[in-house]
Amino acid sequence: MKYIDEFRSQDLAKTLSQAIHQAADTDRDYNLMEFCGGHTHAIFRYGVQDLMPDNVRFVHGPGCPVCVLPIGRIDNAIQLALEHDVILCTYGDMLRVPASGRKSLLKIKAEGADVRMVYSTQDALRIAQQNPDRQVVFFAIGFETTTPPSAVAIKQAQALGLDNFSLFCNHVLTPAAIQNILESPEVRDIGSVSIDGFFGPSHVSSVIGSRPYEFFAEEYQRPVVIAGFEPLDVMQSALMLIRQLNEGRHEVENEYSRVVSRDGNQKAQTLVAEVFELRRSFEWRGLGSVPYSALKVKKAFVDFDAETRFDIHTEPTADVKGCECPAILRGAKRPSDCKLFGTVCTPENPMGSCMVSSEGACAAYWSYGRFRDNAQSPTGKKAGAVA
Amino acid sequence: MTTRRFGQRLNIRNDRINMSHGSGGRAMAQLIDELFVKHLDNELLRQANDQACFEVAGGRMVMSVDGHVISPLFFPGGDIGSLSVHGTINDVAMSGATPLYLSAGFILEEGFPLADLERIIISMARAASDANVPVITGDTKVVEKGKGDGVFITTTGIGLVPPGIEISGDRAQAGDAIIVSGSMGDHGVAIMSSRENLEFETSIESDSAALHGLIADMIEAVPGIHCLRDPTRGGLATTLNELAQQSGVGMLLQENAIPVKPAVSAACELLGLDPLYVANEGKLICICKAADAQTLIDVMHKHPLGTQAAIIGEVVEDEHGFVQMQTAFGGSRIVDWLAGEQLPRIC
Repeated sequence: MKYIDEFRSQDLAKTLSQAIHQAADTDRDYNLMEFCGGHTHAIFRYGVQDLMPDNVRFVHGPGCPVCVLPIGRIDNAIQLALEHDVILCTYGDMLRVPASGRKSLLKIKAEGADVRMVYSTQDALRIAQQNPDRQVVFFAIGFETTTPPSAVAIKQAQALGLDNFSLFCNHVLTPAAIQNILESPEVRDIGSVSIDGFFGPSHVSSVIGSRPYEFFAEEYQRPVVIAGFEPLDVMQSALMLIRQLNEGRHEVENEYSRVVSRDGNQKAQTLVAEVFELRRSFEWRGLGSVPYSALKVKKAFVDFDAETRFDIHTEPTADVKGCECPAILRGAKRPSDCKLFGTVCTPENPMGSCMVSSEGACAAYWSYGRFRDNAQSPTGKKAGAVA
Repeated sequence: MTTRRFGQRLNIRNDRINMSHGSGGRAMAQLIDELFVKHLDNELLRQANDQACFEVAGGRMVMSVDGHVISPLFFPGGDIGSLSVHGTINDVAMSGATPLYLSAGFILEEGFPLADLERIIISMARAASDANVPVITGDTKVVEKGKGDGVFITTTGIGLVPPGIEISGDRAQAGDAIIVSGSMGDHGVAIMSSRENLEFETSIESDSAALHGLIADMIEAVPGIHCLRDPTRGGLATTLNELAQQSGVGMLLQENAIPVKPAVSAACELLGLDPLYVANEGKLICICKAADAQTLIDVMHKHPLGTQAAIIGEVVEDEHGFVQMQTAFGGSRIVDWLAGEQLPRIC
């Protein structure tokens, strides 16, 4: 695949690996948080950790949209399908996330609820057009990347006069979450979690640009490197972070310059600003209530807001007992620190959200990396690329 | 053929399946006569008994059954008819057996167009004739509209294992070589490209094919093959995990060596899928002694269904039964069982 394989080249990876080994100061650790689940997935899928020195560690962050959605919001979606008899359109990842009472969208679908997996907001609009006598709700989740298509869907629904389409808005904002992690007691006071720098999101940054990170790079004195999702992007960005840390710098640098600019996609930003506004506060799984960290549908488009149309209220709901998803999402614990990991919680039977999505740290660790726990495994040795 | 037995012939172009086609009466007899027997015609089927009776030579026989519920029914490179023949022939052949006969059970939905049914049966007949494995008995049921999805086909196959062949999923041993017969993921991507909510243009066609000819050549060259299996649902990754578990071994793959067509890679990239988990319907995995691997590759390369055959890894000792892979990038990772489903109803 042209323009993809180039970013997965083993030869370039070897060269970069050598450069990282040379640059990394053996007298210190480098704890680098990848905010995005896309990075987590790439790191595990390509075995990037094998090419890194032992003192350069990836700390997995909360940037998995499925993972951070609190159980209460999934309960809301289930209520919509069961009590309001709507056609609930959702991305595939959401289907298996466990909700209250051992329910999930997949389970209620099997019981007869009309839950449909879609690939885009356009599918949901089409379903609404095809079913004029049914209410159709799009379960909108995701960070700044998936927000513009939701805005487009609402504007299209308005233009088409679709009075049976609405959107259950759960869109959340990246900079607020990063700031929340840096403000958390584990990082700030106790120091039990060490985060020396951040891999900045790639797709999110293509929309919002690199400028929004400048504030907290300065305020919290942590370097940020916007990184693409290919494995070479991750390695190049790691090298840039290591160099900044070695030189005592804390700047926003952009490794993903082939896509991300400082100001981002202004057309998308304008569209989002037209349709959505900030919520005063939003509950995140793992981070708790985070001020101004999410969006809701503006009054001008209230006809397309499922929360208003169906009078949705979200109840706070406790996570499964023993599930460490909240701490894992903050980078405070690793998947293998959780007692449920791999025992009662597996991708086939997930107890927590991090085990569901392929971007979730637990699922990635379980599916790609659990052999690392076994010294006797055939590739328990470090991969041959780093001589 | 006695096609005038029922007065007016079936109007295949315009008529649809109705409940009387499954009632056991004249309408059903006419459907069988003018569609099934007409196209699948062979001596045993023509006898029109409720069973087919045939002579067999002595030895070990194998029997396999496979239900086909694929959606959509017609896809690039095949349809449910050819798939139902290839799928069962392959299941029989993966034991090293020579497939002999097939049976076919049809569950038809009320309202299904006869023209589509005829297209499916003609395709089935062609696949069976090309493979030289006739459909010798069958069954037809009709369910009410809304209780089926057009047509479901269940085929059963029987075959005879040549003397001296001991192929089984529990025979992989540390040191063995792992071979695949060609590119991975073609079938799944072809199905995806023709799905109603996911149409995209691709030149990729399903690889649906009967593999018993290729297998006959392989066991003639190397009778001591340890395992054969076709990586259908769950793809290469899941099938290798099945074999690793059955044999109590681990596996170590080289990602660089696994053949995947660029168009399949690109489609998977776009959809967020991993080609190693995407279904195949005309490929096999072979596990054999390392010393036999090159002989097999040479034989496979000479067969039209094995031109891309490649050694993709080795069997290793591993009490955890992990299938691991050296990535093309230079790292390592597990290649796990498929969790959940990548795509519904692909075969």
